[in-house]
Amino acid sequence: MTAAATSAILRSRAAPLALGFGTLVVGILAVEVLIRIGVINRFIVPLPSQIALAFERVITEEDIVERFRLTFFEALTAGVMITVVGVAIGILLYRVNLLRQATETWIAAMASAPTVLMYPLFLVIFGRSAWTIIMMGFVAGLPPVILKTIEGLSGTRRVLINVGRSLKLTGPQLFIKILFPAALPTIFVGVRLGLIFTLINVVGVEFLINFGGLGQLINDLAERYDLPGTYAAICFVILVSVVFFMITEWIERWLRPAT
Amino acid sequence: MAETRHLTARAAPRWPSPVLMVRVAIILAVLVIWQGLAVSGWLYRDVVPRLEIIAAALWTLLTHPEQVRFEFLFWTIETEMPSYYANLWATASEVVQGLLIGGLLGLAVGLVLGANRLMASAFEAYLYYLGPTPKIIFFPVMIMWFGVGSGSKVAMGAISCFFPIALSTAAGMRQIDQVLIRVGKSFRANTWQMVTKIYLPAMRHPIINGVRLGLGVCIIGTLLAELKLSNRGIGFLIIQAYSLFDMPRMYAMLIVLFVIAIGVNALVGRLGGLHTIRRS
Repeated sequence: MTAAATSAILRSRAAPLALGFGTLVVGILAVEVLIRIGVINRFIVPLPSQIALAFERVITEEDIVERFRLTFFEALTAGVMITVVGVAIGILLYRVNLLRQATETWIAAMASAPTVLMYPLFLVIFGRSAWTIIMMGFVAGLPPVILKTIEGLSGTRRVLINVGRSLKLTGPQLFIKILFPAALPTIFVGVRLGLIFTLINVVGVEFLINFGGLGQLINDLAERYDLPGTYAAICFVILVSVVFFMITEWIERWLRPAT
Repeated sequence: MAETRHLTARAAPRWPSPVLMVRVAIILAVLVIWQGLAVSGWLYRDVVPRLEIIAAALWTLLTHPEQVRFEFLFWTIETEMPSYYANLWATASEVVQGLLIGGLLGLAVGLVLGANRLMASAFEAYLYYLGPTPKIIFFPVMIMWFGVGSGSKVAMGAISCFFPIALSTAAGMRQIDQVLIRVGKSFRANTWQMVTKIYLPAMRHPIINGVRLGLGVCIIGTLLAELKLSNRGIGFLIIQAYSLFDMPRMYAMLIVLFVIAIGVNALVGRLGGLHTIRRS
């Protein structure tokens, strides 16, 4: 490849990135100027420069590492639960076709239902504790794991199953050696979706019940009317969820060639 | 002979399908287990109330009349009916306003991103990664911007539904058959005609799918905002029932709400003709 061609490709990839990032920077600068000249009320929207400075304060004074650890622990516990229970239910429904036909539409409906509104009910059952948050994350993240497990197992290529049968594999061997590995990438898509729903619900319920990690931090700062801190904490949560989303996406891509 | 076969077929008993029977069995099993737990005394009686108490609460919720006030934009109507409907109206109007604002913005942004490759490469990643963040964390900001009234709830609904509709529209626009676009251009259609005559009709299914996803998250966003801070709406009624520890009423409201949310979701899909899509 010639130097000119390489340079053209780099330019073609760099141009959209520069446009996107440049627009973001210009937008932030515009908000800074509009607040400074009094067009935007600084008691409603803090200066972006103040928000940038508040990051350090939020990290050092608000014990963000411990809060992050708590949110991570809640999301991880719920994530492990949705994976174990969701995959097990998915396998059961794949094996018992009648049960699958009877319940698959219910599970799909549950995925679109506003289950997070049940949090007052969970507060009554589990109290104002981490378990309320974990269970809300679990309920929200379970349906995609079940549905994708069924889809993955049902989508296993016939030829692979026939190869297993020709080698006289037993039922459990066929499942462990053929069906499960073939379904793994699709199952992970479900686990990834479930983890996203779980994280959304964990942070959301932390914010709503004012308990736990990062969600509670935003609520605390907002109640103290610490505007730069609130905005900085919101940016931090967005950053955490974007990084989490990117990592799970990367793992999904890594698993995909296995098919 | 044909008549005989016809009569025989008509006389044959029609058994319910096994799937229906399993569904009924599951529902009955859940109800029996619930009632068993309620009367056993193993759990707090108020946390797991008996079925007849929940049924009574459901009946009261939907039929007990009170003096209520409906508000919409500049109009106010006072009448006597169950307060649930006035609060349902408040939530529904917030959801509709949120869906209109967020949906139209999402549609416009999606059309721009779908039509221009440079814009899509520059900005779509931001939408893609911001989409799955928990939107409820923006609620303190929305209260600052739009106040503690219905404005902040509408804003929460709009933010929630903007992302799925924008991403779905952009993806749908890229999937339009190029032949249709060339036909439009060969007729010298202007931008408005291209949008209304070619792009929007060709993207009907992705847009309806986006609206369906958007509606679901719009309802959740609005109700969560009501749960956090409000004095009317279904979210307010739920958190009020929790504060008063009126569990049967809370169960009744959750049942009605789930039925409405799932029903509306299915209705939008059916109206948009999603059930007619054939999977290849």
